[in-house]
Amino acid sequence: MNAEVNHAETPAAGAQVLLRALKEQGVEVIFGYPGGAVLPIYDALFQQNAIRHILVRHEQAAVHAAEGYARSTGRVGCVLVTSGPGATNAVTGLVDALMDSIPLVCLTGQVPTHLIGNDAFQEADTVGITRPATKHNYLVKRSEDLARVVHEAFYVARSGRPGPVVIDLPKDILIKPASYTAAPSEPHRSYRPRTEPDDAQIEKAVALIRGARRPVLYTGGGVINAGPEASALLRELVAETGIPCTNTLMGLGALPASDPHFLGMLGMHGTYEANMAMHGCDVMINIGARFDDRVTGRLNAFSPHSKKIHADIDASNINKVVTVDVAILGDAALVLRALVARIRAENAAPDRSAITAWWRQIDSWREKRSLAFVQPEAPGSIIKPQHAIRRLYELTRQTGRETFITTEVGQHQMWAAQHFGFERPNRWMTSGGLGTMGYGLPAAMGVQVAHPDALVIDIAGEASILMNIQEMGTLAQYRLPVKIFILNNQYMGMVRQWQELMHGSRYSESYSEALPDFVKLAESFHGVGMRATTVEELDPVILEMIKCDRPVIADIAVDQGENVYPMIPSGAAHNEMLLGPDKNRDSAEVTNAGMVLV
Amino acid sequence: MSDTNGERSATIAVLVDNEAGVLARVIGLFSGRGYNIDSLTVAPVDEDRSRSRITVVTWGTDLVIEQIKAQLGRLVPIHKVADLSAEGPHVARELALIKVAGRGEARVEALRIADAFRAKIVDTTIESFVFELTGATEKIDAFLDLMRPLGLAEISRSGVAAIARGTKTII
Repeated sequence: MNAEVNHAETPAAGAQVLLRALKEQGVEVIFGYPGGAVLPIYDALFQQNAIRHILVRHEQAAVHAAEGYARSTGRVGCVLVTSGPGATNAVTGLVDALMDSIPLVCLTGQVPTHLIGNDAFQEADTVGITRPATKHNYLVKRSEDLARVVHEAFYVARSGRPGPVVIDLPKDILIKPASYTAAPSEPHRSYRPRTEPDDAQIEKAVALIRGARRPVLYTGGGVINAGPEASALLRELVAETGIPCTNTLMGLGALPASDPHFLGMLGMHGTYEANMAMHGCDVMINIGARFDDRVTGRLNAFSPHSKKIHADIDASNINKVVTVDVAILGDAALVLRALVARIRAENAAPDRSAITAWWRQIDSWREKRSLAFVQPEAPGSIIKPQHAIRRLYELTRQTGRETFITTEVGQHQMWAAQHFGFERPNRWMTSGGLGTMGYGLPAAMGVQVAHPDALVIDIAGEASILMNIQEMGTLAQYRLPVKIFILNNQYMGMVRQWQELMHGSRYSESYSEALPDFVKLAESFHGVGMRATTVEELDPVILEMIKCDRPVIADIAVDQGENVYPMIPSGAAHNEMLLGPDKNRDSAEVTNAGMVLV
Repeated sequence: MSDTNGERSATIAVLVDNEAGVLARVIGLFSGRGYNIDSLTVAPVDEDRSRSRITVVTWGTDLVIEQIKAQLGRLVPIHKVADLSAEGPHVARELALIKVAGRGEARVEALRIADAFRAKIVDTTIESFVFELTGATEKIDAFLDLMRPLGLAEISRSGVAAIARGTKTII
């Protein structure tokens, strides 16, 4: 990190040096909110045109917007907030990005260096608070470190397993002159994550794949994060070998939903065939997923008869939850490339007749049609939430427009994951690890900023949407035509579902009294409001929403009693799924041990 | 040093950038993820004080120790992580300053035992000693057990510093 300092120039103010470093890092958009400590940065922003600033209405939303921007473009998102409450409001977004491995750099204002530790106005120990909320953080105490730290922060955010990085910037550092340092060309002194997989491990993996009779590919967000090339390679691997493939919530879009090899999502609300394939496989190939508890179900019953291959860019994910037979440390794209190349070179695809027999078994599981639902067609019938998502999917698909989906958190999120088909990576933004209600609207905002002509839809619940509803103001200000598609059942639906299944239908505090009129709410924020309450009203509302070139809230009244199925109850195994009230249950009891799990 | 639960003690050496907050990162990692710390020492080791060495004594199953190493390894300012207990023979030492107060026979006995342990007397009054003792944790524990009935008044221990035997280094 001994990049040359350019002494020829007169040093500029810290804030200007900061913006120059951001520009060198390719930043085009910052999502932020001003305040006392960051006024010098806002002053510098005012005097230039290269970087666009999007003014949000709450700092949490700035971070989610940057996440949406990052996830839909593959670039590092950038956030700017002030000291104290600005920084603390950003914390939820930072943890969200940490859990889902989203690359961000968040600039936080700080009181001047001489006041740090004095309980100054709007002072918070931001590096202390955000230390476990970020991949890494910095407090810049010397002007000469400023540019170097910015370059390093972007490097750390995007390298290895991506994540959020905070740079805390005392106000005096932003005002005092600082010298500029260009981004270094030499490697970082200590942080050099390994991306290239070890040949010997690839060989071991290929040997397992060659002998597999019931293999399954289980891929996650790592494949999405490794760039579109990784998804293309996954398609090649699947085509080459015929191996069935399931995606995690974070990994949807890596394999096209229309690919016959796609088993759907796995896990707590995954398809019957995906979970049964995981349970019954003899070789599991995990690429860029982390054996999350939503995926594995009860661990001592998780895929009991399989040899497991786990490729991950983060060594701490390997053998953390599930002990594996072959561990491959590396970037998902490089791992997939190596696997495809070696399987081709050695003609090491699994035995065709074994794969055919395995598919016969999987097809019999598919016949359960675990995502099926019954939508009464008679006019005046109540809308099933699954039907609303299916129609949204089909009608948006017919437009042929580039479509991005974000979600809030809860039942609607799971229905969206189950019923909206994703053909390509980076089109699906949802809060997976942290499960942050209020994520979807600001994330959609960030996506729309990056893709102004695309159709960007936040599939929402009426409870979640209220957690960041203030961002309707941002949509209006920047003319971002985001569509908010609310599945309105007047309940915190997932809470209600758990209360029904596990707490004797005692619906404690999960009913939303006094909901706003979402149509009027949209109008008061200069958007367009629509409503569908019966099945025949649904299609016209969706079509009108898609056509509209302004922000829209479509309030879709759906069946209040509908639950998300299939479901692996807490503490149950993959082969003990609840398929739904009308279907055979392989197992239905929720144990006390399961009750304590979330 | 493994017990019946398959848990073992591990002495982990960590080479880190000597910068503000780095110790908090390491300690926060241990507390946040529920790992154990038996002792922890830290001091700069480079000539220009640019890097520090942290020695952590922890315990857990082999899987947990591997997790600890992997979690430490992904912290940005960390250069090197080594499990000295697993990577071959190593020397581990602690320093303790031990205050023993008393008069008469107990005082004489304390002095005799200190001599047997080769503890140094670094301060004395007519009714107290401060002993300086260096050695393995077990040796210091044993010395303290003997001092307890003899007027043991206060203890300050450094925690373990450790290094691999032979020519092997972690740098």
